[in-house]
Amino acid sequence: MTALMGLALIMALIPLIAVLGYVIQRGAQVVDLNFLTKSIPITDRTIGPGMGPAIVGTLVITAAAALISVPLGVMGAVYLNEYGNNRRLSRIVRFFSEVMTGVPSIVMGLFVYTALVLRTKELNGLAGALALACLMLPVIIRSSEEMLKLVPLDQREASLALGARKVTTIFKVVLPAAAPGMLSGVLLAVARAAGETAPLLFTIGVVSKANPDIFSGTNTTLSAQIFRNAASPFIGAQDRAWGAAFTLICIVFLFTILARLLSALLTRRSS
Amino acid sequence: MSSSSPFSIADLSVHYGTRLAVRDVNLDIEPQRITAIIGPSGCGKSTFLRCLNRMNDLVPGASVSGKVLYYGEDMYGPNVDAAAVRHRIGMVFQKPNPFPKSIYDNVAYGPKLHGSRKGLDDVVEEALTRAALWEEVKDKLKSSGLSLSGGQQQRLCIARALAVHPDVLLMDEPCSALDPIATARIEELMIELRQDVTIVIVTHNMQQAARVSDTTAFFTVEVGDEGGRTGTLIELGETKTMFSTPTDERTHNYITGRFG
Repeated sequence: MTALMGLALIMALIPLIAVLGYVIQRGAQVVDLNFLTKSIPITDRTIGPGMGPAIVGTLVITAAAALISVPLGVMGAVYLNEYGNNRRLSRIVRFFSEVMTGVPSIVMGLFVYTALVLRTKELNGLAGALALACLMLPVIIRSSEEMLKLVPLDQREASLALGARKVTTIFKVVLPAAAPGMLSGVLLAVARAAGETAPLLFTIGVVSKANPDIFSGTNTTLSAQIFRNAASPFIGAQDRAWGAAFTLICIVFLFTILARLLSALLTRRSS
Repeated sequence: MSSSSPFSIADLSVHYGTRLAVRDVNLDIEPQRITAIIGPSGCGKSTFLRCLNRMNDLVPGASVSGKVLYYGEDMYGPNVDAAAVRHRIGMVFQKPNPFPKSIYDNVAYGPKLHGSRKGLDDVVEEALTRAALWEEVKDKLKSSGLSLSGGQQQRLCIARALAVHPDVLLMDEPCSALDPIATARIEELMIELRQDVTIVIVTHNMQQAARVSDTTAFFTVEVGDEGGRTGTLIELGETKTMFSTPTDERTHNYITGRFG
C-alpha cells in the first residue's frame, strides 16, 4: 500500500517537474536584464529581447484587478458571515459566488467585452483588470468567508460584552484574527489572476511599448504574449514566449512566497 | 423595587424561537454582594445571566419578555443602547477567552473603546492588580495573552472586564475549565472584588456557591407536556439558610445530591 502511494506521488510529481524543468531550460537562457526591460520587437522575425511592456502590463493590470476585487470581496465576505447569515440575500450571494468560481475565465472576458468594451469602443488595461477582478471576486469571497467562520464566537462575545459595537468588534477583533488566512487566500487569487490569459484576449488588445496607464491605450501581459508568440513559426518569437513563461512563473512564485511570509508574520504578531 | 439594587427582575421569560427556555423569574439582586445562581444543567441559569447584560440579543431567535430594571431603569426600554448596557455590566465567560493580542492590549481594549487613551498604562496596571495578576505579568505585558495558563487567562479576562469599571460583573461558570488551585484563586478574588462590584455568578458547583456567595438563587428545570424543558427560579435566600434549611423540597433534594 505504501509503495503504491509512493508510486502515485511520483506519478503526480512527474508532470510538475517536467513542466518546470522544460520552462526553466528553454526560458532561463533567454531572460536577462535586456529581456526584462526592452520593448517587444514589432515583427516576430526579430531575434532577441524583450518583454518589458508585458511585465509592466502584468503588474499594473493584476494590481488594478486586486484593488477592485479585494476590498469588494472582503467586504462581501464580512457581510455574508457577520450580517447576512441565513437571510435570503446572503444565501443567494453565497450560491452564486460558488457558481462563479466554476465559470470558465474566458466567459468573464466575454462578459467585460460585451458589457464594456463594445460600449466604450476601447481596449485598455482597465477592461482587462475588470475581467480579472470578476474572476477573483468569488474566490476571495469564499476563502475570506471560510476564514471569518474560523474566528471563535467567544472572541466576538468577549468584545461585545465590553460594550463594543458590532462594527468595532468586526474591525478590531474579527478581521485581525482572520487576516492571516484571508491574506493567503487573497494573494493566491492574485497569483492565479496574474497568469490568466483568456479574460484578457478581448479586453486589452496588444502593444509593443510599455503602457503603465491602464485607463487609456491598449496593453499586454506576459500570459497574452506567451499565447501570441508561442504560436508563431519564428524562432525569435518562440524564444520570447519561453522567456515570458519563465518570467511569469517567477512572478507567481514570488507572489506565493510573499503570501506565505506575510501570513506567517501576521500569525506571529497576533499570537 | 428600590432603585438602589442593581437588578430588579420581574416576570422575566426567555423564548428561543417558540421554545420557552426560562419562565417567570422574579428576583432582586443586592449591591456589593455575590449572588450565586445554581441548579441542574438545562435549567436556564446561563440564559438568565445573559439577560442581565443583553447578551441574549445576539442569539438569533431569542426574545426576552418581562422587566429587568437596572438601578430602576428598564434595561430593555426602547431608547436603551445595548452596547452602553454592556459597558457598565461586565461579563466573564465559561472558557477563558483572551484576545490573541498582548496582555496589555487585552486589558486596554475596553478603555480604548470608550475613548480614554490618557493614562492607559495606569488603567491597565490597576485592572491587573485588582484581578490579582499584576505581580505575575508585570514584566511581560507585551507577550500574548494566550501564553498564560488557564487560570491566569481567566484572571486576565476578569482584568479586561474590570478595566472599564463596571458596576456589576456577571460570571458564567468562570471556573469550570480550571483546576482546583486556579479555582481557589478566582474565588478569593471574587470575595475581594465584592467590596466595590456586584457579582452574579452562575455555577454548577454547589460547594463553590456555598463558599463564595452571600445570596443563592436556585433554578430548576420543568419538563412540559411536549417534552420542552423550561427553567425557572424556585428559591432565593441567604446562602447559609439555603444550604442548611431550604424551604422548598426540590432545593433540598438538589443540595443533598438526590438529583442534578
